[in-house]
Amino acid sequence: MDKTWNNKAWFMVLPVLLLVAFSALIPLMTVVNYSVQDTFGSNEFFWAGTAWYEEVLESDRFWNSMGRNLLFSAIILGIEIPLGIFIALNMPRKGWGVPVCLVLMALPLLIPWNVVGTIWQVFGRIDIGLLGYTLSALGLDYNYVSDPFDAWVTVIVMDVWHWTSLVVLLCYAGLVSIPDAYYQAAKIDGASRWAIFRYIQLPKMNRVLLIAVLLRFMDSFMIYTEPFVVTGGGPGNTTTFLSIDLVKLAIGEFNLGEAAAMSIVYFLIVLLLSWVFYTVMTSYDAER
Amino acid sequence: MTVREQTTTGADALMRKSQAGAEVHALNVALARKMRRRGEESRFWWLVPTIYIIFLMLPIYWLINMSFKTNQEILGAFSLWPQDPTLRNYMVIFTDPSWYKGYINSIIYVVMNTVISVTVALPAAYAFSRYRFLGDKHLFFWLLTNRMAPPAVFALPFFQLYSAFGLIDTHIAVALAHCLFNVPLAVWILEGFMSGVPKEIDETAYIDGYSFPRFFVKIFTPLIASGIGVAAFFCFMFSWVELLIARTLTTTDAKPIAAIMTRTVSASGLDWGVLAAAGVLTIIPGALVIWFVRNYIAKGFALGRV
Repeated sequence: MDKTWNNKAWFMVLPVLLLVAFSALIPLMTVVNYSVQDTFGSNEFFWAGTAWYEEVLESDRFWNSMGRNLLFSAIILGIEIPLGIFIALNMPRKGWGVPVCLVLMALPLLIPWNVVGTIWQVFGRIDIGLLGYTLSALGLDYNYVSDPFDAWVTVIVMDVWHWTSLVVLLCYAGLVSIPDAYYQAAKIDGASRWAIFRYIQLPKMNRVLLIAVLLRFMDSFMIYTEPFVVTGGGPGNTTTFLSIDLVKLAIGEFNLGEAAAMSIVYFLIVLLLSWVFYTVMTSYDAER
Repeated sequence: MTVREQTTTGADALMRKSQAGAEVHALNVALARKMRRRGEESRFWWLVPTIYIIFLMLPIYWLINMSFKTNQEILGAFSLWPQDPTLRNYMVIFTDPSWYKGYINSIIYVVMNTVISVTVALPAAYAFSRYRFLGDKHLFFWLLTNRMAPPAVFALPFFQLYSAFGLIDTHIAVALAHCLFNVPLAVWILEGFMSGVPKEIDETAYIDGYSFPRFFVKIFTPLIASGIGVAAFFCFMFSWVELLIARTLTTTDAKPIAAIMTRTVSASGLDWGVLAAAGVLTIIPGALVIWFVRNYIAKGFALGRV
């Protein structure tokens, strides 16, 4: 659609601009302010330059959280994307099954994140949880409170449980947009199931898959509530992801300068990712 | 070879073959057999979705199951369903103000946030979908970055900002803070719906002598009513599920149910039944309205871009 050039449109955007500026720009300025200053308490601040940034970028703690977070994102993407595609391909296209599937599958997406954490905290407990109890009854040595590996498995399964439906719904939205004629043509050609997927369904899902990958990557990159409720970042620091570490640093240890510098580094990474997201989306929109 | 090419060659082949009747018959038989086989395959279409849905429902079932048990039963005997169903856990929540106030607080700030977000997003989304203006693309991108910003980055500065304004522990503080990610979301979703309305409708209305506000309220808003509903739903939802910022900005008077739940976990760690009941009650709003947005849910999560 060709749009008219009209700078008066700024007046319509103004409320959004003011509101988001108030809830984003001012806090962000505060963070920048802290990140370049040092304090000895009692509201006395000294110019510290880039000292905090150097400290963050040189600290093992930051890179460890980052590494854990990247590993976590990679694992959940590796599970959720193929699984989501597979389930979307097997979903019914018409009839009563469609709304039932949509509603039931979307349910985990609408549960408050801390309740997701609570559900899995309870579900995985070896004394009262169905999962933990069953696993121990089967003779497996499962305990997410003390064993780092089990904690990771629990957090990953929880995320798969929580967010795979998003991939399913997006892929499904892409699949239903394929006209029936395509399938009929493939049938006449005697195309195999794989050929149908590879040459008809996958190209049509391209766009939504891209959205799914980017959204899942970014959301998992800033995950906080769910693992925090389940493991609290433990055992030790084994499930302390970037956001959890940041909150620990800022509110737990009240280390303002370092936390602020870490926030900025974190935010710049997210900014870069958002830029990728935006570029990809707008180029797709332009094609459309 | 692309599908389209395959299809055309397939059709050519079909035509060539139609000159020989016997071959056509053979082809039809083969086709019918193939279709029958597909039909057999699809008889088990329900298997994968069913297994997946069972996987999704099990943890939720366990929570519901626990919410109807007494603590003795939860900790004592392991059972797949409540042996002695009790409503005690729900009674605790509905009679103790420190519990049920949490729900009221959550609902108050979530509704405030939804109203604010959708109201300011409507004109902005219209501007983005209809006009080009100086810096529009940068602005749109900047809005997106706020949707993607990690709440953890904002927790501390929010606390200090709202302290400075004396807004800590008020509902409006949480409602405003949640605008950070909900306003961009609402703008993106509404822009998607508005771009689906042909521009000719606007132009015709202006020629007919409608002023902009009258056109917007009388003609345009009804056209994108479903979009407004979806945007409102997603604002409601994302505000409802958020914990970190809501917890940081409140202490007692405006404390959301989510924060009250985490407190119970850490403090006593014992009252599993009440915790489960509280969890079940937080799922209900989403479970109730999900039916109305089932066809738009993918669009909403993808920021209106599907």
